[in-house]
Amino acid sequence: MEMFDLSVIWALIIGFGVIMYVVMDGFDLGLGILYPFAPDEDARDVMMNSVAPVWDGNETWLVLGGAGLLGAFPLVYSVFLPALYIGVFLMLAGLIFRGVAFEFRFKSRRNRRWWNRAFCWGSAVAAFAQGAVVGAYIQGFAVKDFAYVGGALDWLTPFTLLTGLGLMTGYALLGATWLILKSEGHVQAWAYRIAPALLVAVLVVFAIISLWTPFVNPDVWARWFDRIQLIWVFPTLAMASAAWLWSAVHRRQEGQPFVATLGMFIFTYLGLVASKWPVIVPPDYTIWDAASAPESQLFLLIGVLFVIPIVLAYTAWTYWVFRGKVKVGEGYH
Amino acid sequence: MELDPLLLSRMQFAFVVSFHAIFPVFTIGLASYIALLHGLFYRTENPAWDRLALFWTRVFAVVFGMGVVSGIVMSFQFGTNWSNFSYASANFLGPMLSYEVVTAFFLEAAFLGVLLFGRGKVPQGVHLFAACMVAFGTFISSFWILSANSWMQTPAGVDLVEGSFRVLSWGEAIFNPSFGWRFAHMVMASFLTGGFVVAGVSAWYLLIKRDVEANRRALSMCLWLLLVLTPAQAVIGDFHGLNTLEHQPTKVAAMEGNWETRGNVPLLLFAIPDQEAQANRFEIGIPSLASVILKHDPAGVVPGISEVPREEQPPVWIVFWAFRVMVGLGLLMIAVSVAGLWLRRGGRVYEHRGFLQVLRVMSVTPFVAVLAGWIVTEVGRAPWLVYGMMSHAQGLTPSLTGGMALFTLIGYVAVYAVVFCAGVYYLTRVVRQGMLPEDERDTVEGVVHRPKRPLSAAHASFDNDSAPTWRR
Repeated sequence: MEMFDLSVIWALIIGFGVIMYVVMDGFDLGLGILYPFAPDEDARDVMMNSVAPVWDGNETWLVLGGAGLLGAFPLVYSVFLPALYIGVFLMLAGLIFRGVAFEFRFKSRRNRRWWNRAFCWGSAVAAFAQGAVVGAYIQGFAVKDFAYVGGALDWLTPFTLLTGLGLMTGYALLGATWLILKSEGHVQAWAYRIAPALLVAVLVVFAIISLWTPFVNPDVWARWFDRIQLIWVFPTLAMASAAWLWSAVHRRQEGQPFVATLGMFIFTYLGLVASKWPVIVPPDYTIWDAASAPESQLFLLIGVLFVIPIVLAYTAWTYWVFRGKVKVGEGYH
Repeated sequence: MELDPLLLSRMQFAFVVSFHAIFPVFTIGLASYIALLHGLFYRTENPAWDRLALFWTRVFAVVFGMGVVSGIVMSFQFGTNWSNFSYASANFLGPMLSYEVVTAFFLEAAFLGVLLFGRGKVPQGVHLFAACMVAFGTFISSFWILSANSWMQTPAGVDLVEGSFRVLSWGEAIFNPSFGWRFAHMVMASFLTGGFVVAGVSAWYLLIKRDVEANRRALSMCLWLLLVLTPAQAVIGDFHGLNTLEHQPTKVAAMEGNWETRGNVPLLLFAIPDQEAQANRFEIGIPSLASVILKHDPAGVVPGISEVPREEQPPVWIVFWAFRVMVGLGLLMIAVSVAGLWLRRGGRVYEHRGFLQVLRVMSVTPFVAVLAGWIVTEVGRAPWLVYGMMSHAQGLTPSLTGGMALFTLIGYVAVYAVVFCAGVYYLTRVVRQGMLPEDERDTVEGVVHRPKRPLSAAHASFDNDSAPTWRR
């Protein structure tokens, strides 16, 4: 057992779960955010149908992440959740509403308007709350004797408002490029039209966040600016992805914009991880401080290593079955 | 008045967990019933079994979906409101709860899709296998959850070091003293729930004379099943109670309303427990019967509530009356099952409108009995979160204020009210739509591209103005 550092393995697993969730649930939350701006009801049908077969599989990563944190890094679980109390509630309420709306919108005509609203608001609130969580993580938490001691709304600052907004625009961009991939005709044309505008919005918000972060957290400043390091490769690659996205949209490519947006997300995420590692409960606690007992980490690891490949295979199979364009009027319901 | 975060958190947890529990209690029993129907169809080739299986699978899909949605909140509740408890017990409870999630995902990924959408696409034997695995998976899921709960009731295999539990023996912790009986009692409760719901729905169909042939079969099978299961549950419950007497005597004392340690304890049929006076008012009981049940001896000495100081006593009247509701409903279930046997002579059981109406109403009782039972066991261990080792107050999130807890309590009640109303309303539409006609059985699955979400397997429309989706 000494050969492996279980805490590092678990950090990799949780980190993998988080990014899987962000890129896989991100585009369907994004479509929810774009929902009210869609050109017509046909477009809305296409948007919903394009994610209907996969969205609930995407959210399994969230639950797996929550339970995994309790098992492997209880300090994270028992500090983040109290600190983000109101935000967690809003996120869960949003996710529940949009989940139910998904199911019942298809089965409903007369009440469709209401399920549309539930889908849009649920998605927007959940996305904002997740972005604010990221912001709160960058800020750090008031922790004493392994328990959160701050107030209910400490997490809600101008900085986290901005990160919440940032993730909303980011998800919307993911949603738009996903729609380029999955739709055709006037729906796709609309997606092509909004993608560059969303990209500009994302870049502006993220530029502000990037410039602001070092002031919010001096440790981050030190890591990025004390000496030029290898981690600068992440923002560079994220910018390169953005440039690729810009040109791909203008060349009317169908698959590349989505892949490029994924690239932006993944490299930004890696940059964030690199600026914090190995601190997991900022400002003070590392993954080793936050870890549960080694025997508990090992016990759980066996089950998770068994199930992750199966979930991955199942996910891949679902995407494969539902590959190709979604046409207007062709429903999955 | 100062808002008490402890009380509000307990109310919130009780609300969320009760709301959630309704769904798995039903799906565990129903999954086994569906597997049984698949097995019968496989053996006999009788299409009635297939139509029943198809119908109940659609109901299963909706209930399972709602269970998943309401369950997501559960996995975050421990951290938001009970962070000290989560942190202290994470070494054991973390892996337990995670294994529940892992099991559920494995089940969903591998077999639920095949059960819900594989009909006609995979060989019949594979479909049957998937149905069995889904049923098996629901047991494994409840295994982890009940082990975790039992450990909180009767902690074992751990050591409390510097405010957090370290696991010394996984075997002792998982198979802790109260786990076996609790698991048996709960599984049986799930079977009873499934049985009474299926019997109630079948009775309703017989009342309105729809699909009489298939529903007679379903009702007959359920009644035989219930005839065996209802008395068996009473026996298991009794053993579970004796186990509780050994490990949590105060809880049993509260259930019996017995304040003083003494012999010849009566079985109280009615009483108003008065915590202030540490005594009962208006007692009506059968002399010495509680001593006989608990100690198998009329003179048997049974520990009383006053063995522990006031601040370590549970609120007695809640435990006392919840226990009576559970046992009363259990006895009613036995009576109805026996009445069903008696009415079988001459086949009156399928015609007797009064009995069929009773069965209709009875389909609600298992849910009430299960919730009452959980109230007994959860309130009965107060003030302990981990029995004898950590109290509710010690486990609470230190930064939590009454206002925050009230805000989310109202929020969850509001969210769940909307979800529950929509879900139950939709479920009644699925039931009203009924079983598919014989000749349409095979065309239903013709839609190739079907999302693999549970709820989408249900086909029924949400409102009146559109045709059932399987006809489109």
